[in-house]
Amino acid sequence: MPLLSLAIWLPIASGVLLLAFGRDERADAVRWSALAASLVSFLVTIPLVTGFNTSTAALQFVERHFWIERFAAYYLLGVDGISVWFVLLTAFITVIVVISAWQVITERVNQYMGAFLVLSGLLVGVFCAMDGLLFYVFFEATLIPMYLIIGVWGGPRRVYAAFKFFLYTLAGSLLMLVALIYLYYKSGGSFDILTWQRLPLSLHAQGLLFFAFFFAFAVKVPMWPVHTWLPDAHVEAPTGGSVVLAAIMLKLGAYGFIRFSLPITPDASHEWAWFMVALSLVAVVYIGFVALMQTDMKKLVAYSSIAHMGFVTLGFFMFNELTTSGAIVQMVSHGFVSGAMFLCIGVLYDRVHSREIAAYGGVVNTMPKFAALAVFFAMANCGLPGTAGFVGEWMVILGTVKVNFWIALIAASTMIWGAAYTLWMVKRVYFGAVANEHVRVLKDVDRREFAMLGVLAVAVLAMGLYPKPFTDVMHVSVTELLSHVGVSKIPVTP
Amino acid sequence: MNWLAVVPEIALLVMTCVVALVDLWVKDKERLVTYCVAQGSLSVIAVAQLWFFYKGFTLYAMQRMVVADPMGHLLGLFATLAMMATLVYARSYAASREMLKGELFTLSMFSLLGILVMLAANNFLVVYLGLELMSLSLYAIVAMRRDNGPATEAAMKYFVLGALASGFLLYGLSMMYGATGTLEIPEVFKAIGTGQINRAVLILGTVFVVSGLAFKLGAVPFHMWVPDVYEGAPTAATLLVGGAPKLAAFAITIRLLVEGMLGLAVDWQQMLVLLSVASMLLGNLAAIAQSNIKRMLAYSTIAQIGFMLLGLCPGVVSGNTVSASNAYSSAMFYVVTDVLTTLGTFGMIMLLSRDGHEAELIDDFRGLAKRSPWFAGVMAVFMFSLAGIPPTVGFYAKLAVLQAIVSTNVPGFIWLAGVAVVLSLLGAFYYLRVVKVMYFEDAVDLHPVAGSKDARLLVSLNGAAVLLLGILPGGLMALCRDAIVQMFAT
Repeated sequence: MPLLSLAIWLPIASGVLLLAFGRDERADAVRWSALAASLVSFLVTIPLVTGFNTSTAALQFVERHFWIERFAAYYLLGVDGISVWFVLLTAFITVIVVISAWQVITERVNQYMGAFLVLSGLLVGVFCAMDGLLFYVFFEATLIPMYLIIGVWGGPRRVYAAFKFFLYTLAGSLLMLVALIYLYYKSGGSFDILTWQRLPLSLHAQGLLFFAFFFAFAVKVPMWPVHTWLPDAHVEAPTGGSVVLAAIMLKLGAYGFIRFSLPITPDASHEWAWFMVALSLVAVVYIGFVALMQTDMKKLVAYSSIAHMGFVTLGFFMFNELTTSGAIVQMVSHGFVSGAMFLCIGVLYDRVHSREIAAYGGVVNTMPKFAALAVFFAMANCGLPGTAGFVGEWMVILGTVKVNFWIALIAASTMIWGAAYTLWMVKRVYFGAVANEHVRVLKDVDRREFAMLGVLAVAVLAMGLYPKPFTDVMHVSVTELLSHVGVSKIPVTP
Repeated sequence: MNWLAVVPEIALLVMTCVVALVDLWVKDKERLVTYCVAQGSLSVIAVAQLWFFYKGFTLYAMQRMVVADPMGHLLGLFATLAMMATLVYARSYAASREMLKGELFTLSMFSLLGILVMLAANNFLVVYLGLELMSLSLYAIVAMRRDNGPATEAAMKYFVLGALASGFLLYGLSMMYGATGTLEIPEVFKAIGTGQINRAVLILGTVFVVSGLAFKLGAVPFHMWVPDVYEGAPTAATLLVGGAPKLAAFAITIRLLVEGMLGLAVDWQQMLVLLSVASMLLGNLAAIAQSNIKRMLAYSTIAQIGFMLLGLCPGVVSGNTVSASNAYSSAMFYVVTDVLTTLGTFGMIMLLSRDGHEAELIDDFRGLAKRSPWFAGVMAVFMFSLAGIPPTVGFYAKLAVLQAIVSTNVPGFIWLAGVAVVLSLLGAFYYLRVVKVMYFEDAVDLHPVAGSKDARLLVSLNGAAVLLLGILPGGLMALCRDAIVQMFAT
């Protein structure tokens, strides 16, 4: 069975069908069919993990078909121990997003659901594509549904945010396109990523390629100083859009670093590691302070995402197994935690229609069940041991100490900043006396909201208490990745 | 002589006369008869072109004045299909503007005949003959609404500047004739190859030929007519000017510059690089400032032509035609897909126009996603394709051109690729604005989308083709490549 193709095309096809035939008069039918489609698409990805062979770093579930003769491009899909988790995460988050929109989106329901399903398929495609051109097509195509999601269902400044999101990321990825064409030319007419990983390249060429990839992926991650689109996009996007942005789209950038930058330009990566580490530390510390000063909850979580992604890039450019696995674990856990944080804000926003921290206070008194979950996710966000947020950060810090104590110290300070901005927000929003009339009349979460947050809470807890299955599956692939990074690709001049 | 080679042209000429005659007996209300006869004859021509292309003939006829080769047949097929689509889109639009006369069909068919003649030209005079036949028919079509001020003005500008361009081209061709002593394109090629000819005259001739071609393609700095004609002409006429003729302009560019003056490539390539960069720069910048969608699309066309011209810049390297045929076929793919997308966008503009209402402002598209989600989606596909975002065909067109120029491995060309990429980022902005207007704003105009059933169906098919070719572009690319490779082989 072509599982990967199913995981890509099932949501896309069902999304297109919803777009074509869904009507607002039959909104409930649209919702149920979207839920069914996303559930089936998620179920399809489960055999990828259960049937995964953890003893090899080779690609699994490979599908290879001829695609474009002119470019010798193939429809080449495959997953390794790293990407398989993101396929699963994407399909899982899509189910949550469909549920989260249930009563909230009442206009153009079919377009909303259709856009998310199509987006989900495209994102899975990015993680599975092992052909450079195919990767680029999926990578770029994700911009279209996200642009529409932000622009149609977003907040007051949605148009500005949608354009900024689109043009910012397009600018980055066009440079990557030039890099891909260059690699295609250098490799004698091949778009195969694995071939590129073995291609000898001079340090000069590697440096140029490294920066072309850097701009594409750094914008997506996003790294300081090209992060400014993210707070705008997050604040203006509807809840589902923020969830997908934070949980999955940011991972595209980080995934790009381990799929392209590290193995294709290892020498340049070593050469410029100091630069990447510096930017990551700026993200961790400076953006942490910026988050502290936010008055808008969504903006606060957006900045905290940037800080957490700083950890991921830091982990990659320390080049040891512990930090790299830690960074990947952090990517997955951040997917759950930040998604959950945005859902919590969505729950409040749907009731009060404000994201300002000052508009709340004492929510725990009127919404005890919800407050319990929200505080739990907040704890996970600041890396409390026992939650998913802890594992990745711990691994990265531990691995970094071995390389350089001072870098590790600065990175570890995130435990303080993270706790500061998250817990301060928790204190102001949830604790204390009931602040105003809006909060007094709040109703606690209904079964739908409780279910979607509960499932995420279980995932966060499970990953925090027993991360071994994750690290086991990715172990061999990470070793393989590091072996690529460890070997110089500069051609030896006789 | 070999009559087979010119069967499509002769058949088209006969059928055009038949259409003109049939229309004499048809009243205004029964114009459908003329329409059906015209469409029927065009579909026969299309089938004939397809059959010729499938057989892969290269035939010469009329003392080698004309050549029927795969490139001509493929472009001829697309031009005929484009003309048919244009007539479908134009029918109800023209009917409500008193343009649905017999002349519309006769003139359209004559312009197609001109296009086919150009595609088959193997001689300078035949090129010129076809060009004039096409242009004169188009001038008349643009002027058909003679009581309409902007349309008349557009026709006037088009005629004056078009005549100037033809003059440039003719002047250049006569210089080439004077220098080489022959009008036949392959003979000119041989004569230049001998190296015995006064280079100054040849280069002066090349300058004039390139200027003439640039006029016809609408490349900066010979682009002045494009925005005015696109905006002023009735939309049906705009599409007749902006659709199939682009294919012909591309074909004569290949015929004259590549088949005839390949020996002067070093010189004309430099000119094309300048034209191309200037077109992309000015087209993309000026398009941002437009509020009229036809004018915006005119500047966008200028930018697209600039990008296409890039594909003509890499040349033959020491007798090896691989990189050149790669490049020319990517330019051909670019122009074919550009015409496909242009047809769709103008088709959509005509679909949204009603009696007494021209949907020609970008604001006329406001809230289209609420009025008609389906057509908003189709229009969005066209816009993303023009912007070159995958998975639409426009992306592969740009990719093919970029790949062709990067693979020359000349540092200058790699920089050029960078420039083209940055300028296409500018382009993304104004195409996205149309999507923004359709999706993010509320509708002012709440009329449901009217338009005849066949036009609605064709617009949808057109959108589907842009998307489908965006997922599987390989087939069309291979066709373009085959056509160019066979041209080099002969």
